[in-house]
Amino acid sequence: MSEPTQSPARPPAQASLSSRSDRLFEILILALASIIVLIFLLSVYQLGTESLPALKRFGLDFFTQRTWNPVTGTYGAVAMITGTLVTSLVALAISVPLAIASALFVAEYAPKWLANPVGYLIELLAAVPSVVYGLWALFVIAPILSRWEQGFFQSPDKIALYTSCKNLWDSGSTNLQCFFVPSSFDGRGLALAIIILTVMILPYTASVARDVIRLVPQEQREAMYALGATKWEVISRAILPYARAGIMGGVILALGRALGETLAVAMVIGDSQDIIKSLFGGASTMASVIANQFGDAQETLHRSSVVTLGLTLFFLSVVVNYVARLIIARLTPKGIQ
Amino acid sequence: MGGLILLATLLVVAPLILIFFYLIKEGVGAINLDFFTKVPAPEGETGGGLANAILGSIEMLALASVIGVLVGVSGGIFLSEYPRHPLMPTVRMISDVLAGIPAIVMGLVAYGLIVLQFGFSGFAGALALGFLMIPIVVRTTEEVLKLVPLTVREAGLALGLPKWLVTLRIVLPAAAGGIVTGVMLALARVAGEAAPLLFTAFGNSGINLDPSKPMSALPLEIYRGATSAYDENQRLAKAGALLLITLIFLTSLLARRASRRK
Repeated sequence: MSEPTQSPARPPAQASLSSRSDRLFEILILALASIIVLIFLLSVYQLGTESLPALKRFGLDFFTQRTWNPVTGTYGAVAMITGTLVTSLVALAISVPLAIASALFVAEYAPKWLANPVGYLIELLAAVPSVVYGLWALFVIAPILSRWEQGFFQSPDKIALYTSCKNLWDSGSTNLQCFFVPSSFDGRGLALAIIILTVMILPYTASVARDVIRLVPQEQREAMYALGATKWEVISRAILPYARAGIMGGVILALGRALGETLAVAMVIGDSQDIIKSLFGGASTMASVIANQFGDAQETLHRSSVVTLGLTLFFLSVVVNYVARLIIARLTPKGIQ
Repeated sequence: MGGLILLATLLVVAPLILIFFYLIKEGVGAINLDFFTKVPAPEGETGGGLANAILGSIEMLALASVIGVLVGVSGGIFLSEYPRHPLMPTVRMISDVLAGIPAIVMGLVAYGLIVLQFGFSGFAGALALGFLMIPIVVRTTEEVLKLVPLTVREAGLALGLPKWLVTLRIVLPAAAGGIVTGVMLALARVAGEAAPLLFTAFGNSGINLDPSKPMSALPLEIYRGATSAYDENQRLAKAGALLLITLIFLTSLLARRASRRK
């Protein structure tokens, strides 16, 4: 009724007061939210300035030089970059099929009473701290691998093989056969790092895959079943293609995790600054070198080189996460997030 | 095919169960009163506990929450309540990108920001952990705020309340449960981080409650103990890992319960 009776109840002065307070609140919220942007810019600035000495000294050679030697003051990151890429990509290759299978189990195969707890267990896998994975790998898996590595040397021809491989490694190269010959005997090394990384990134792909598979419309399944398809045909022709983009996004998120995973890898990879020679020998990743060396790095150049690895990792993860977002946003059919 | 899928699922879940039982088997014996009240014995000696690490973790997580909640919840409010603001896409994108920055890199950043000027300190560690919490809190806050029906906001505005009061007194309380869940998940996530603390909080073998000095934390002691050559330190590390993993599991269980009830 009361256009005329209401307007005197809200005098203009009060209206402007509330719009002024709204303005203040907006500025406050914006200021606090801008801290997020500020953190990003500060990180770039901080890592950038601290990387400068190394980048000035080595330039792009930093990314193409194979030698990383604090004694001679030469720092090239090829060994760490390959270490990061190899551990991450191999772990990804092993974990993706397992993750998708477990997602299919939770979403398609398991009865409800089983699906929920299993889904929950997989999520808990993501909650286990890196350092606990490292501890477990060190105390449980490393001894198993170590026993296998030592068992390898039971026959004279195996020892001869090791000797010839050792010469090859010392000259800085390897071949396919020698790549599978153990060069460390304590179980630590590339293989253990890959195993533990595989376990650690599984839940990321698995939970994204489970979510997108659950979002595949029921009609899609029913239509296939109506055509007489088997369960596996429904999964491979109607569900997986539909969920492909979302799964891909989850895979790339897992890649981002793998690239930056630090302590578990640092504890088990054997920390060798040489380029990878053997699957069962020491290696290093960018993150593991930061964890293992930054604290002890006294010299400016050493310190700066370690920070440059951090800067590289920073940009790598920005790009990977951005791509994951793009894939999930662009390729996913409407209705799947 | 079903059999293969079941086998793969068992393979996925096995490590979790193996880790948990390993830690129970090895760690439970070391959890006693000393574990909570004493500091680690000097290397090579027996006895001691992780009181320094437990107190340090609690204190740094509390400090980190101040940063994480203040900035994270504000960020979430901004993304959800001001969707047409020109800065919105930037904040959203950067917050998503921050979520993927490796924790150790955040440690390097906190080192440059604080440790270079003031030395190793609990504050530096808390800052790194707080930065890591922000994107998680932003995400969940935005999502639960968007779940609050538009009609609720309109009802408040129609009563003549200014937008800020509607946001603070009506929308936020309606979403409080979800926001608390998000904060708990963020805490569970950063409570186990040791990498960013290596060269920020640095660790402390004694009990220290002053955050401007080096401070220990559970994940740090687990790391030191696990890589130590002494049985006694390894034993403490396993017990510490059992405590940490139990707390983290309980927190995420509670968070999940809370969000499901809603």
